[in-house]
Amino acid sequence: MKAKASPSGTVAVSSRQRWHNTCVYVRRHWQLYLLFLLPAVALTLIFKYAPMGGVLIAFQNYNPFKGILGSEWVGFDNFVRFMSSPDFQRYLVNTLKLSVYGLLWGFPIPIILAFLLNRIESKKIKQKVQLVLYMPNFISVIVLCGIVRVLLSVTGPVNGLLNTSINFMTLPEAFRPIYIISGIWQGAGWASIMYTASLSNASKDLKEAAMIDGANLLQQIVTVEWPAIKDMVVIQFILQAGNIMSIGFEKAYALQTDLNLSSSEIIATYVYKKGLLDGDYSFSTAVGLFNTVINVILLIAVNKVVAKLNDGKGL
Amino acid sequence: MTVKKKKSKMALYTRQDKAILYFGYFLLALFVIAIIVPVVYIIFASFMDPVTLQNKGITFDFSKWTLTAYERVATDAQIWIGFKNAVVYSILFTIISVAVTMLAAYPMSLPDFKGKKIFNTLFVITMFFGGGLIPTYLLINNLGLLDSMWAVILPGAFSVWNMIIARTYYQGIPHELREAADVDGASEMLYFFKILLPVCMPVVAVLALWQFVAMWNSYFDAMIYLNDTAKQPLQLVLRSILIQSQPESGMIADIQSTAERAQLAELLKYATIIISSLPLIVMYPFFQKYFDSGIMAGSIKG
Repeated sequence: MKAKASPSGTVAVSSRQRWHNTCVYVRRHWQLYLLFLLPAVALTLIFKYAPMGGVLIAFQNYNPFKGILGSEWVGFDNFVRFMSSPDFQRYLVNTLKLSVYGLLWGFPIPIILAFLLNRIESKKIKQKVQLVLYMPNFISVIVLCGIVRVLLSVTGPVNGLLNTSINFMTLPEAFRPIYIISGIWQGAGWASIMYTASLSNASKDLKEAAMIDGANLLQQIVTVEWPAIKDMVVIQFILQAGNIMSIGFEKAYALQTDLNLSSSEIIATYVYKKGLLDGDYSFSTAVGLFNTVINVILLIAVNKVVAKLNDGKGL
Repeated sequence: MTVKKKKSKMALYTRQDKAILYFGYFLLALFVIAIIVPVVYIIFASFMDPVTLQNKGITFDFSKWTLTAYERVATDAQIWIGFKNAVVYSILFTIISVAVTMLAAYPMSLPDFKGKKIFNTLFVITMFFGGGLIPTYLLINNLGLLDSMWAVILPGAFSVWNMIIARTYYQGIPHELREAADVDGASEMLYFFKILLPVCMPVVAVLALWQFVAMWNSYFDAMIYLNDTAKQPLQLVLRSILIQSQPESGMIADIQSTAERAQLAELLKYATIIISSLPLIVMYPFFQKYFDSGIMAGSIKG
């Protein structure tokens, strides 16, 4: 029982010796594997990896009664069918526009909020402002979309103010502004937390020193505050830009109406309708897989580009 | 030097800087107002008489104020079933998720843990690649979990992201603590539960809050896996009232004219928004101290 894991790498150990050491380690620390890690591994294998095997049905004409093994293989037919359909381009463009515009408008605002919060001298006021800014984050997607719908309804207050009776929810051109603005309303304050925390942790003394040295506001921001949050900004940008294709189903679906579909139908909602409402399992899986693959490629690409711009530091 | 520091801070800014700063504060104030105004409007509107609301909007003629909407919403059985289900699912989900995550993060935080790379790869892949909607649905179906609450609780219970956060937090705990426990011959379990976990309560609190809010506010999984109305959580009930404009039939059954029904249905939305959002909005300020302490930010960085 005294066997110690040899300090790896110091002396060249034979592979058999290393295997032996591993066995000893595992036997000695079995609790780490069976009690600590097993639940997570089991959940991951069952609920994450088993469905990954299920993507095979994207290459089949899947029949639920025959199962994966019995269904007919059709190669890339489902992908070809999707990409050659006239709707393909529209859904792809809708998805990209919604998330790219959302990123462009939504990304800088939390950073600006954090800079401003950091400049509020009174702690009490700062806390109250934060209390309000974070609050919308705790409203559910359904309630948020409910609020949007009542405020914008034909008899609602927005139409009352404008003295009009426009049904905004049915206008395709209103969908993206509604989606993006309500997203900023709900999420910008919460997203600023990370920046606020790094700003307040990192910069106090430096900022004061800079101020006493006569640095103006812009100089302070450039030399003290920006370096404090730069890494965070880079990480957040990679994550968000890389996830452009995986824009959420929940909110888009809750803001959809039959009449605004020409701009509100995105790949995620299309996958749901095709798959679960129409029962076209294979086709829907193919569309979903297409989306995931693009997303992974994007994430890797964005990470590479940002790493290049940021002296080799990516994710 | 330090005597005058407090008062002179604003004086250190040049006039131009002050102008920029005040403009910034002005924008911030606008944002705060933009958050408050709709919320206040909805609170007021929920007390209006349905006809007045439609024709005139909010008035401060208190004779037109009623509690009708709240009575009708609060006496509806489906809302309460939804509440009860949401509480059960959210609590179970939070407990399971935090337990599994905190446990898994521990071995992953040990520098000499054998197999760390393999497990790490296994977990991280799932952050970027997944089977997607239909394969997951078919799996849940094959497991016989359709119309079972476990279909909404288990699949998302282990979050890799949260595991990374917990792991980073553990790594910030001084190593001496573990070495001392090792010398005393404490088992892994004993060390984890008696020594490590108690000093990690801040991260437990943050993860618990996240998971609770996430489950409480989600509707997609419930929509596809739970068809039985007795099992539907609050958000699904809200969806039919707020999004599909189909209030629970009991809420408006006694009204004859269609026009009145429509007005009432609109009013019910306001009261429903307030009643359903209240629990989290009231609870959240108690957690605010964790938000600012930098726990989340510090951990996300790692």
